[in-house]
Amino acid sequence: MSAPNYEALSVEAAAVVRQQTAWERVRASASVRFGAIALAVLIGIAIAAPWLGTVDPALFDAGSRDLLPGKSGEITTLEGETVQHTFLLGSDSFGRDIYSRVIYGTRISLAVGVGAATLSLILGVLLGLTSGYVRWLDGVLMRVMDGVMAIPAILIAIALVAAWRGGLLTVIVAIAVPEIPRVTRLVRALVLTIREEPYVEAAIALGTPTRKIMFSHILPNTAAPLIVQATFNCASAILVEAILSFLGVGLPPDIPTWGNIMAEGRVQFVEYPHNVFFPGIFLALTVLAVNILGDGLRDTLDPKMAKRV
Amino acid sequence: MTPALEVRDLTIALPPGGDREFAARGVSFSVGRGEIVCLVGESGSGKSVIAQGIMGLLPRTLPIAGGAALLEGEDTVRATAERLRQLRATRMSMIFQEPMTALNPVMTCGAQLDEVLVHHTQLPEAERRERILAILREVLLPDPQRIVAAYPHQLSGGQRQRIMIAMALILEPALLIADEPTTALDVTTQAQILRLVAELQARHGTGVLFITHDFGVVAEVAHRVAVLRLGELVELGEKHAVLKRPQHDYTKMLIGSVPRLEPHGRAASADSPVVLETRDLGKTYVDRSWFGRRRDVVAARAVNLAVRRGQTLGIVGESGSGKSTVARCVVRLIDPTDGEIRVHGEEIARRGHRALKPLRRRVQIVFQDPYRSLNPRRTVGDAIVEGPLNFGVSRAQALERARRLMTLVRMDPESLDRYPHQFSGGQRQRICIARALAMEPELLIADEAVSALDVSVQAQVLQLLEEIRAQFNLAMLFITHDLRVAAQVCDQVAVMQQGEVVEYGPAEEVFLRPRHDYTRALFAAAPGRDFAFGGA
Repeated sequence: MSAPNYEALSVEAAAVVRQQTAWERVRASASVRFGAIALAVLIGIAIAAPWLGTVDPALFDAGSRDLLPGKSGEITTLEGETVQHTFLLGSDSFGRDIYSRVIYGTRISLAVGVGAATLSLILGVLLGLTSGYVRWLDGVLMRVMDGVMAIPAILIAIALVAAWRGGLLTVIVAIAVPEIPRVTRLVRALVLTIREEPYVEAAIALGTPTRKIMFSHILPNTAAPLIVQATFNCASAILVEAILSFLGVGLPPDIPTWGNIMAEGRVQFVEYPHNVFFPGIFLALTVLAVNILGDGLRDTLDPKMAKRV
Repeated sequence: MTPALEVRDLTIALPPGGDREFAARGVSFSVGRGEIVCLVGESGSGKSVIAQGIMGLLPRTLPIAGGAALLEGEDTVRATAERLRQLRATRMSMIFQEPMTALNPVMTCGAQLDEVLVHHTQLPEAERRERILAILREVLLPDPQRIVAAYPHQLSGGQRQRIMIAMALILEPALLIADEPTTALDVTTQAQILRLVAELQARHGTGVLFITHDFGVVAEVAHRVAVLRLGELVELGEKHAVLKRPQHDYTKMLIGSVPRLEPHGRAASADSPVVLETRDLGKTYVDRSWFGRRRDVVAARAVNLAVRRGQTLGIVGESGSGKSTVARCVVRLIDPTDGEIRVHGEEIARRGHRALKPLRRRVQIVFQDPYRSLNPRRTVGDAIVEGPLNFGVSRAQALERARRLMTLVRMDPESLDRYPHQFSGGQRQRICIARALAMEPELLIADEAVSALDVSVQAQVLQLLEEIRAQFNLAMLFITHDLRVAAQVCDQVAVMQQGEVVEYGPAEEVFLRPRHDYTRALFAAAPGRDFAFGGA
């Protein structure tokens, strides 16, 4: 019996099915496309705010108070000139243009959302990696995180803003802090699974330093679930910022944020619902867009988690 | 008399964009009453898909494109969902590879058996109970009364598979489809289950379609054999005809790749220096919960081994025998709790993390699962140069070495910048070997390194390991559960059982004149031991 040609007959090579890369799957997802386009439009609005027919959102005119949407009136610029202006979405009880305030408010909301998500992600990743890889620190760190999670997020944020002075950075930090434990837990859980993978053990056997194992072997493999978590954190941060402003414990009331506009309009809600309605619509649409984007990313990047939730 | 099953020209489509158009194409065979037909093939050959097609269990993404599967003359391919539900368990049933996932974890075994009877018969409760106890006795489960009340997790893997068999046969179906039913089991348990299946089907005249990748199992149970390659049936015939005089080249190649169960008989250098030596090595896991009692689990106890340069020491044993624990202690991935490990006379069992760095150069390991042994986010090149870079080799030099090693393991050196998912399991295992060799180790540990591979690929990787051992004069520690593999590569063999070495000596001695009862039991259980495979 002659020895058959092993290499030619083996079906091995045919077994490699070309898989779609994560990027291809992400681009093909309808949710990701919709969410990304909606977010891109919002970012465009935030950047182009001064050129969208707006006036300075802080300008007011006693003669143009409580105008209904679409009405024209006068407004006084900083130089003291009085100009004609169409109040597309009406004006508030100080005679400020709600349209301009809502458009400028996009900047604050997006900045807070992205800022808080990024900050909570960075700190959460550092703490989670430490907790997952340095076993003796794990118990202490996780108990502290449990403690933070036991206090309602909004109360921590209120307490932190009250302790410092109100400002954009303060608000971002205050919103990010209560989000940190969730990121930390996620990263820790991922690290605990990934550190048992043979490729991590192989790296240990190759004499790779612990720091390098953490950052070049473990961290890149946590990226998918982390990106997903970050979008959800972003949406929740935008909401929390609106809540803080609405409660009057966020940014100072003269800064146009959607929460501030709604808070100001709350008193006259029955007579002038547009004061609350338009910022509310923007808030809802933004959060919806971010969440749809997050759902799409979860389904494409992290299919296991998609089935679990 | 109509056969239990007749498959005619069965064709099952794959979703578009795959590596081939059909999962199975024009497959025809039959299973007579009281006959066992083995469907053999490597992974991806379409054997499980055919079974699912017959049972009507295919997912929507794999539609049946043509042909018929006649169960006692009735076509299951065209049967309605309702009719299929009636047929399953009564006239055809199936057992799977992993009994734990096939059983419902929150129902007792008795309740799950009862469910089958309630759905398909009108028997009163007392008779159902009688029937359940009878079938449990028939599958030789001890103490059927207790088993009825037990949950699946309270049983061992072999017992769970017996429950599955009981469930499949309780209504005496004409056809039993067994999809790799012993692959997840230890070799001694496997032997018992194979014997049980053969006895039961002979007694009841059941036709069995037995799906397996293991020619040893084929030699044990089959009456006839069907060989699949890439969805096409390449050979069909009587067991002895196929195993002894295979016609198709592919069958010849597969059978030729099965390692022989007799020692290779190479001369091993007996006086070369000892590279690795363990003295009373032990590892005890202590399970200490906050409120519970302290519980000690002994994974390995008093293990004394020595490996010389140019020699291969095999550690064989079933799951839980502690063979991997020993390997991981030697690489110091885990910390041994007792004894000494000496590499070239240097004691390393107690060394701290930093002091272990010199050891990393000398001792390297290749793991079982090729799909998890390479970081999916780093290129193959990055994986191979990682070790040398850790030891101060320049990147250019390390890459040069990586290219040489890729050639050595018969891979294209140009594919260094590709990612692991672009390679098959066997290719990945070659890459893992190259990664280990990049450190220029003196001791290479292979922890079930060929166990996850198809038999033809396994033969190639074994050959590669053997060449490398000879070329670099490496000491090798080879962990395996497969006696055939051990016979092919080992000069010395240590047999482990429940954390202890029960027999240790030259491969010739252990294989031809085993002294310990457990070693004898292992050999007796090795499937297909009476067949001389590996003729090529």
